[in-house]
Amino acid sequence: MGGRDTDMVLLDANGIRCDGRRIDEPRRIMIKAGVLHNANGSAYIEFGDNKIVAGVFGPRDVHPKHQSNAETGILRVRYHMQPYSVTERKRPAPSRREIEISKVIKEALLPAVMLERFPRTAVDVFVEILQADGGSRCAALDAAAVALADAGIPMRDMVSACAAGKVADTIVLDINNEEDQAGQADMPVAIMPNSGKVTLLQLDGVLTRDEYRRCIETGIAGCKIVYDIQKRALAERHFSGAGQ
Amino acid sequence: MGTVSILDGLRRKLVADSVASGRRADGRALDEVRELTVEPGVIPKAEGSARVRLGRTEVVTGVKVNPDRPFPDTGDRGTFICTAEIPPLAHPDAEAGPPSEAVIELARVVDRGIRESHMLDMSQLVIKRDVSVIGVFTDNAVIDNGGNLFDACSYASVAAILSCKMPVWEMGEDAPRLVEGQSRDPPIATVPVSVTMGRIGEHIIVDPSLEEWMCLDARLTITTNSEGNICALQKGGLDGFTPEQLNSCAETAISVGARVRPRLEAARQAR
Repeated sequence: MGGRDTDMVLLDANGIRCDGRRIDEPRRIMIKAGVLHNANGSAYIEFGDNKIVAGVFGPRDVHPKHQSNAETGILRVRYHMQPYSVTERKRPAPSRREIEISKVIKEALLPAVMLERFPRTAVDVFVEILQADGGSRCAALDAAAVALADAGIPMRDMVSACAAGKVADTIVLDINNEEDQAGQADMPVAIMPNSGKVTLLQLDGVLTRDEYRRCIETGIAGCKIVYDIQKRALAERHFSGAGQ
Repeated sequence: MGTVSILDGLRRKLVADSVASGRRADGRALDEVRELTVEPGVIPKAEGSARVRLGRTEVVTGVKVNPDRPFPDTGDRGTFICTAEIPPLAHPDAEAGPPSEAVIELARVVDRGIRESHMLDMSQLVIKRDVSVIGVFTDNAVIDNGGNLFDACSYASVAAILSCKMPVWEMGEDAPRLVEGQSRDPPIATVPVSVTMGRIGEHIIVDPSLEEWMCLDARLTITTNSEGNICALQKGGLDGFTPEQLNSCAETAISVGARVRPRLEAARQAR
């Protein structure tokens, strides 16, 4: 964590955060399923100031062939940031950070996707970050899971992600960019909401044992809020605006 | 492989027949551009940005403006770099990894159209002569490939540049210093419009869709400026054009360009 000195008031006396939210309130989340013509499934998410599009292809032939598995299908994930997505222009080639995030997103999705039904094939998930804010890996994962469902890939469960963190000695839900820079801890969490299993968990920062427990609880509560929005996006796409 | 080439042959015949009839598969006239929408300012973190939809093609472009070191021989001018990327979510055939020949051509053609039109007056992008200048980076991301990426990327780049709010720097002791709270409009001299045409048999079509793109004998991209002059060209494809065809393509590029230009100009309002 940054733990950077700052004049900014991260949490005021009334428990209101620097962007006006309560401690248990996520940023604005909007998800739209089915936004691309060429992908088998796709989703667009705005999560705070994050703007992210995800596309899914497959199950399809595996190239290079040596990656294919006779027992099961494989899942490949690419998380990539556009050069203009951040304040300082980012070089277009994938960074080590992007490669690691691609891997943790893949591993968060794997338990939910029924790849064993598609041996020798690949399901490809491509995520483009058009604008990045704090918590882009969670937002990317949320969009990727909706895109997989939109593609009609059999899944055991949805995957929903949201970060929690520690700001001004308080555990808060869904930390934003400023809180990430100046706060004390950032914990991205993803769950399969029906089974309740946690499939992504990372932490930057220092937490006591009790804070650790509360941070996970807070993150899971955020994932459940996201899950409802994911379901609504899929219903709007596939049941002509029927809502829930 | 056999099935694919039979299908390709059938598709080719279908496209060629409809072009010969004067009415294309999607109902357009031969010189008609697909529906174009230009949404400037979609990426607030970028100094300029635009989302362009041209038929089923979608491009999101951002402009970043940073102090840059000038090239040794042009210390009195800012720098301009234009890139293009087809991330793998744009099409099943698009692959991650180093850019292909086609993607490099795309980026260079879009760059050339803007650079050679002198859209930006680069002499106004100097912080301190020979020491520090302003660099304008225009990065195009093709989100959905529905054909004719040349024009879609060019429109998105031009609209993003027009929508730009440029920060102001002044020279500090050894490095440029951002002047807080100030911004200025980009020094726009002209508005280039790229028009890509394809030849199928004897017929020339404007703004080929992806299906048509696969069937072209040859293609030609012509960029015109606000005065209606031609400022960049790129011929591609396996076959050529007759001189008569080249002349009529130029006429088409000028008239279609004049119809498209006001749509791009409107992006200024996003500043």
